[in-house]
Amino acid sequence: MVQIIVIVVYLCILATLGYLGYSKTKNTKDYYLGGRKIHPVVMALSYGATFISTSAIVGFGGTAGVFGFSLLWLTFLNIFLGIFIAFIFFGKRTRRIGHNIQAHTFAEFLGKRYKSKFIQRFTGVVIFLFMPIYAAAVMIGAAKFIETGLKIDYNIALFVFAIIVATYVFFGGIKSVMYSDAFQGTLMIVGMSILLVVVYWKLGGITAAHQQLTDLFKNSEVLEQTKGVQAGGFQGWTSMPALFSKNWWTVISSIVMGVGIGVLAQPQLAVRFMTVKSDRDLNRAIPIGGVFIFLMTGVAFIIGALSNVFFFNDTGNISVVAAGNADSIIPKFLDNFIPEWFLTVFLVVLLSAGMSTISSQFHAIGTAVGRDIIGIDDKNPKKAMLITRFGMLIAIAFTILLSYELPNIWSDSIAISTALFFGLCCAAFLPMYFGALYFKKLTKTAAISGMLAGFSSSLLWMMFVHTKESKAIKISNLLFGTDTVVGENSIWQFVDPIIIALSVSIIVTIIVQIASKKELPKEHIDECFDGIK
Amino acid sequence: MLGLGDFGIFSAYALCILSMLGCIIYGIFNWNKGNDWDKDI
Repeated sequence: MVQIIVIVVYLCILATLGYLGYSKTKNTKDYYLGGRKIHPVVMALSYGATFISTSAIVGFGGTAGVFGFSLLWLTFLNIFLGIFIAFIFFGKRTRRIGHNIQAHTFAEFLGKRYKSKFIQRFTGVVIFLFMPIYAAAVMIGAAKFIETGLKIDYNIALFVFAIIVATYVFFGGIKSVMYSDAFQGTLMIVGMSILLVVVYWKLGGITAAHQQLTDLFKNSEVLEQTKGVQAGGFQGWTSMPALFSKNWWTVISSIVMGVGIGVLAQPQLAVRFMTVKSDRDLNRAIPIGGVFIFLMTGVAFIIGALSNVFFFNDTGNISVVAAGNADSIIPKFLDNFIPEWFLTVFLVVLLSAGMSTISSQFHAIGTAVGRDIIGIDDKNPKKAMLITRFGMLIAIAFTILLSYELPNIWSDSIAISTALFFGLCCAAFLPMYFGALYFKKLTKTAAISGMLAGFSSSLLWMMFVHTKESKAIKISNLLFGTDTVVGENSIWQFVDPIIIALSVSIIVTIIVQIASKKELPKEHIDECFDGIK
Repeated sequence: MLGLGDFGIFSAYALCILSMLGCIIYGIFNWNKGNDWDKDI
């Protein structure tokens, strides 16, 4: 009963914020960019809440239950690259150049900066085709938790969840999305802070908790249970995996580098920089972003790793054995070891994490259709808005369909889908995006070449080499009768596509830049960089 | 160190906290720094 009341109050607040955003949306600039006048606190919380989804807390928290504290390197990269570097070195120039060239979306920013409709369309198509896969991953994570938390059928949970989010995005645009994000982000901060304190307190303090986890790996039963992962380089939850072992490559290249660097070229995050009115607002958003990310990923990874102590003391099994699989570690940990009153709070936290990410994804996909693919040549903003909303409806339907089907196709669908989108965006867009901000002489040809090379090499590596995806995609098996063309004993099958594809993209961009002569017109470059020292 | 198994993990733990503090300090010190398109949805 209490749970139902809390959820109803939560949804009423969301409806109010959704209406507030809708009532303040007067034109296309409001719908796409919040009129470029979003408050820095709202922007920072929205950026963080969009960045962190249910799968980041449940999925990656569970992964920390398997690999241990080594995932904290990802938290460090998330704060240092995802907030500090992103806001100072990417955010300020994105905001200013975006304003100078009147860009409303990430794709439009790249397209107008390089004077290329092909870049804008291609970026829009990548967002439209691949972001629903990532959105479906977030939706599956949220629906699974609603299913266990509220005892509602998975299919019903999925549908209701999607419709609620779709309604406020469809009508209110980015203002509704960001107001809701800020409210949800605040709930997430409160919930994760309480969880961190409760867990450390239950284990006798910070050092005592860590020591228990360190000592756990000396236990003979634990050594027996971890025999399999030890062969892959596992050395305990408070030690790094053996250098260059299978586990080391998985943790460092896929989890730490893949997600840590991938965040810099996420369209739904980059567009946030264009919603504030000055560099001062970005400076003010940095502290909130830093604290937010620490309290989300940092706490999720610490809790995930420490869950081994709780499970072992209670059942004699380590987390992954007791829970059945990595994705179930956090839900089962909360179910068994956390006070009941807090479960309701945490259910709302995870709902918030899912909704805030999904709403931004729906908005990004819809605007990609309305502004970058179909509506690219449309001078009539009213028509472009209609196309945007139509695109959003297609995206929502596509995402719901994928959410029903993906778990049947890929058993580990949440992690695979997230890594796939992050890797693709990073390889295709990061060199070109960085060049757009810092290299006035970068030619259109070099930018397009790097983008296509990064995109295609990323897809090829996923389809034929990196076993985690190639096993799920099945094309390699169909053509060559094996999951990876580099041989099943090769270490290359554990190297994440982002490492290979980003390198290819950078090298191709540099080579073509040296070879190509035609620079963009000086007047255009001057207009782009107007006001940048 | 803090009950953690090796220096690699301790470094990660410490860098998480330091980078968060770095964000806070940067924000405080730069709090006040960094200061036509007139042209039914």
